Amino acid sequence: MSRYPLSARLLHWAMAALLLSQLSLGVSMVDRWQTWTTPAIQLHKAFGVLALVLVLLRLANRLRFRAPPLPHSIPALQRALARASHWALYGLMLALPLTGWAMHGAAGLPVRVGGFVLPALMDADLARYGLLRELHAWLAYGLLALVLVHAGAALHHAWVRRDGVFDHMAFGKRRAVDSSPADTPPGAARTPPPR
Amino acid sequence: MAVGVAGLRGAFGNGAEHRASAIVDTMQGGGEPMHAGFRRAHARGLCVSGRFIASGDAAALSSARLFAAGESPVLGRMSIGGGSPVAPEASAGVRSMALAITQADGQQWRMAMNTPPVLAVGTPEAFHDQLRAMAPDPATGKPDPARIAAFFEAHPESAAFRAWQAGYTASDSWANTQYHGINAFVLVDAQGQRQPVRWAMVPEASFVPLGDGAHSDDALSREFQQRLADGPLRWTLRLQLAEPGDPVDNGALPWPDTRRTVDAGTVELTAARAQEGGDCNGLNFDPLVLPEGIEPSADPVLHARRAAYAESLRRRARETLLDGAP
Repeated sequence: MSRYPLSARLLHWAMAALLLSQLSLGVSMVDRWQTWTTPAIQLHKAFGVLALVLVLLRLANRLRFRAPPLPHSIPALQRALARASHWALYGLMLALPLTGWAMHGAAGLPVRVGGFVLPALMDADLARYGLLRELHAWLAYGLLALVLVHAGAALHHAWVRRDGVFDHMAFGKRRAVDSSPADTPPGAARTPPPR
Repeated sequence: MAVGVAGLRGAFGNGAEHRASAIVDTMQGGGEPMHAGFRRAHARGLCVSGRFIASGDAAALSSARLFAAGESPVLGRMSIGGGSPVAPEASAGVRSMALAITQADGQQWRMAMNTPPVLAVGTPEAFHDQLRAMAPDPATGKPDPARIAAFFEAHPESAAFRAWQAGYTASDSWANTQYHGINAFVLVDAQGQRQPVRWAMVPEASFVPLGDGAHSDDALSREFQQRLADGPLRWTLRLQLAEPGDPVDNGALPWPDTRRTVDAGTVELTAARAQEGGDCNGLNFDPLVLPEGIEPSADPVLHARRAAYAESLRRRARETLLDGAP
């Protein structure tokens, strides 16, 4: 049973944390006027720049290896869907910071992180801002939906199927059914899923 | 328990009352927008451009590069208060100047300034109540003086605003009008020392009262273009420095006139063009777009302005996209 390389696993979990932070910030800060929303927006932008760097790094890294194969117990159609959903996640992870950055250009605004300013991706244009602003929101909801499906599938592999697929992205001991001598007897108590 | 939940909801901003869109809804009269594609407030305006020439005197107070002696390009907008892009300009109760100054490194300072030096109230909730009190009465189509009087009665903190209003005489031009940043900001120097400030744009052109005769709807725009044909128009950016104990987070409370001022430089406008198709039309003059060295104060209205401006921009951008509005 193979695993993703350590670099990919570290990037995956770092992105997971960043992504959940970004989605939560985005959903909570928009259309609110409390004083905390101003630093929240600043943080969202700084994290967005970081997310773009990370996702580019991750894509470059991802092209260096083949993903661990899924067990044959999974139907071919499901394997194809899994592969497609992974690339869709990559697409959205790339599209969100890019629409955020482009949105600034369309609003004539610099993306500023500290004293550092990103070059504008386009000239100011109100209609184009309207398109990018709405697109940024829709893509974010799409990513949120895909992340929930992805996490649900991962937990299904970990707790229900116990087929070792979750271990592809995990750290530490493997609990996979087909790994070398099992340390845990089959069916041993594990943490139940949260309710 | 219920109080705790309500308090938490308020702090986090859940609930319709704590949404910027509630304020913007009130501004556009509650229903569909009357003027799709236009700003929900200060809808009528004129695009202007020019430069900011720093004196260098504010460089000791803030590390923002634009305060160091030199020039920065300015894109701006002269406007009048209200939600109609076709309202007569000269008789408007509030006039405004909005600027976006771009530093050499690409950082921007945006500001939206009005004729009153203070707000009537100090919180977004009270400001929203004020909008409601001043909204046209459906029966008459005009604001109800009794409701407005009752509002001011209930808000004694509006005393400074009312005193200004009582003594205000409109001038005959945007050019000889003084504008104010109203809310406090914090200048931060290279050592991290913080100095709360407010500012005014003090006109070079001398005051002439607005004549009593009839004025065309575009009287101010026309007059401004004529003045520009004779040469640039200038204002001094005058910073007012707070002293310890001055109210920094309440836009309704002015600071004493005796506070030290620093003239940071001159805004010089050299050109104007109509906002339809103009380069200022798509800009949101969000007062919290700041360069390093200028920070927002904790004034809650300042942060609410940012949110309301963003919501207004989002709406008109969507309308412009969908209906090809201006």
